[in-house]
Amino acid sequence: MTSIPYTPALAPPETYLNVSYRVRSWLLTADHKRIAILYMISITLFFFVGGAAAVLMRLELMTPQGDLVRAETYNKLFTIHGVMMVFFFLIPSIPAVLGNFLVPIMIGARDLAFPRLNLLSWYLYMIGGCFALGAMILGGVDTGWTFYTPYSSSFSNTNVALTIVAIFINGFSSILTGLNFIVTIHKMRAPGMYWSRLPLFIWSHYATSLIFVLATPVLAITLVLVAVERLLRVGIFDPALGGDPILFQHLFWFYSHPAVYIMILPAMGVVSEIVPCFAHKRIFGYGMIAFASLAIAVLGFLVWGHHMFVSGQSIYGGMIFSILSFLVSIPSAIKVFNWTATLYKGSVDLRTPMLYALGFIGLFTLGGLTGLIVATLAIDVHVHDTYFVVAHFHYIMVGGAVMAYLGGIHFWWPKITGRMYPEWWGRFSAFLIFVGFNLTFFPQFILGYLGMPRRYYAYAAEFQVLNVMSTAGASILGLGYLLPLCYLIWSLFYGKIAPINPWGAAGLEWQTSSPPPTDNFDQTPVVVDEAYAYDKIEVPSA
Amino acid sequence: MPDDAAVAGEVARGDDSALTPQQRRAQSRPASAHLVAPRHHRPHVKHQFDTLAQQHEADTLGMWAFLATEVLFFGGMILCYTVYRGVYFKEWHNGSRILDEFEFLGISAGAWNTAVLLTSSLTVALAVRAAQLGRREQLIGLLLATMALGAAFLLIKAMEYRNDYHEGLVPGWPFHPDPRLLEPGVRMRPFELFWSFYFVMTAVHALHMLIGLGLFTYLIVQAWRGKLTREHHMPVEIIGLYWHFVDLVWIFLFPLLYLVR
Repeated sequence: MTSIPYTPALAPPETYLNVSYRVRSWLLTADHKRIAILYMISITLFFFVGGAAAVLMRLELMTPQGDLVRAETYNKLFTIHGVMMVFFFLIPSIPAVLGNFLVPIMIGARDLAFPRLNLLSWYLYMIGGCFALGAMILGGVDTGWTFYTPYSSSFSNTNVALTIVAIFINGFSSILTGLNFIVTIHKMRAPGMYWSRLPLFIWSHYATSLIFVLATPVLAITLVLVAVERLLRVGIFDPALGGDPILFQHLFWFYSHPAVYIMILPAMGVVSEIVPCFAHKRIFGYGMIAFASLAIAVLGFLVWGHHMFVSGQSIYGGMIFSILSFLVSIPSAIKVFNWTATLYKGSVDLRTPMLYALGFIGLFTLGGLTGLIVATLAIDVHVHDTYFVVAHFHYIMVGGAVMAYLGGIHFWWPKITGRMYPEWWGRFSAFLIFVGFNLTFFPQFILGYLGMPRRYYAYAAEFQVLNVMSTAGASILGLGYLLPLCYLIWSLFYGKIAPINPWGAAGLEWQTSSPPPTDNFDQTPVVVDEAYAYDKIEVPSA
Repeated sequence: MPDDAAVAGEVARGDDSALTPQQRRAQSRPASAHLVAPRHHRPHVKHQFDTLAQQHEADTLGMWAFLATEVLFFGGMILCYTVYRGVYFKEWHNGSRILDEFEFLGISAGAWNTAVLLTSSLTVALAVRAAQLGRREQLIGLLLATMALGAAFLLIKAMEYRNDYHEGLVPGWPFHPDPRLLEPGVRMRPFELFWSFYFVMTAVHALHMLIGLGLFTYLIVQAWRGKLTREHHMPVEIIGLYWHFVDLVWIFLFPLLYLVR
């Protein structure tokens, strides 16, 4: 299980990357690793589109009065930001890039169960993404990413229909990815890869896939009904026509709250891989972490009503949803405690992925604890629709999901590309992102608590200092995101050749070459040990 | 071995020369403790699977997972429909009655359609059996029978739609129902809402039927060319599962739309 130094052969070994250089071999590939790369490039594109909208918003919010953009433009900016980041970056980020690449390799399979369906997922994602970009270019949408009715169905005269089509199509991409993962994890495990030996990354992707398959169709049908209402002017959700807007919110959040767990569960999977590797220690509480992933997925389906505490939902409904939301904190805390216990007495190596993972643990804990605050009925009446909520979910989605995505990208970069990234730059940008993130979003907790509402382009003058801090943080954060883009691309050409197992990590993916061959393994591996047998691996001396 | 590589090439991966570099690479690979024998490809086994049985299990589970998605998709609509049935009881009652009163030979069109679709489930089940036994002619015959029944369902549905159109019951075209159809106290907006749900639910169901008919056409072509054999009958089973599900959706839609008052 120890790493063996890389010996360059005379002819470079054939890998999934150099098997063919034709454009066709990429666009029509059925190889899960190549599809992962296609996803990586496309989600990066959408990330920077959504990020550009955020930059403009933060610039507008430098001053209390609306001076940079008009109110309508600001509404369109936060809609673009939300739609791009939620549907086209966060939801596919870890599952479609790292999951696609790693799920088959980690369980010792040659590919996903349905490779062509996997390629179809990417095309659906791209078609959806083009529709969304088209809606933007043709003038944008101003409903927010939540499409609340009746505004979205009866009043907004922007490109709502086109955006709905985009998200509808993109939903099928998610469903197919989830379906593919479920079948692959059930049916494609290598001999000896029992459920009790599955890496926690796999467990969290299994839980995520259940949400993909069971929640996404509800969003799809809801959007169909909104489109029907817009088209035929019938009152499904518009109260003026006899419909019920709260029903829309129920249906929308029945998808969109579990969707939050689509974003965070895979991130937890990434952290569960990185922490034991750089603590050089077995993961603590394997069974509980795996169980907690499933528990979060199941509980996630029962808490949607906490988005409607002030929407006119019954007070008893609110109380039940409040209690159920508190319950989510139990499996979440189990995970945090287990990662911490893994660190305890480990020989902790603060490399780039580990910095991201530690950042994740801290920021996720803050985001989770503020989640308890907004889940409390009485306090939520006060902070609902303020910047407190904005800060809370950015701590989960950016501090949690994006940190873990970047950590995972750095951790598996040698495996994916066969090159090492520059370590110093990696640590520097992880530090920059951590500082920038906190400077951006921590002031927003205070702003929200003081009563600044979200989704306005102008605000009272007393909030300016904190807003300027937030904008300053956002510029640091933006730089922090641009740096990895630069040095990771640089490393593709000039990075050190990566050995098979640069980190001394356990897990099947570290036993095949970097980058792996098209079939992942020359021969089907037989698993004889758990995924975290770090007691049997020497600490590498680098 | 070269033959095996050719079979793997079916899946459009372009790795027909994969063997030599594999051997080369093996030298720079850590020796895992235990390794099983290299895989051997058999016809109909796709490259990512080890055995035909594994592939069959994966295909079946894949379809079941897809059907789980579909349950939630239709479930969202059925939820909305049921909520409004409670809110606008009179209008829903009126709409249901109108639907149920459109008859052929004294039996409502919805009941006819239920009978037609249940029979088609029988023919599909028999087609799966025929495929498992490798009876090609029987398989083609049963698939054609299923398609005929599916087409009959859509025809009956189309006649219902035509009738609804003539009575001004199509929302937004504009909606102007014959006043004789209205029961006392029925309000126009909620009544229109009933018809919106009726059309959305039945249209989405009909769309699934159309996809099913397309899939059966594919199966018939495959069977005609002799591609479906005793060993390779999985497509019939998978598409059969789908068809049973579409049938089952109707088993829920029929009472909800026509019978429950």
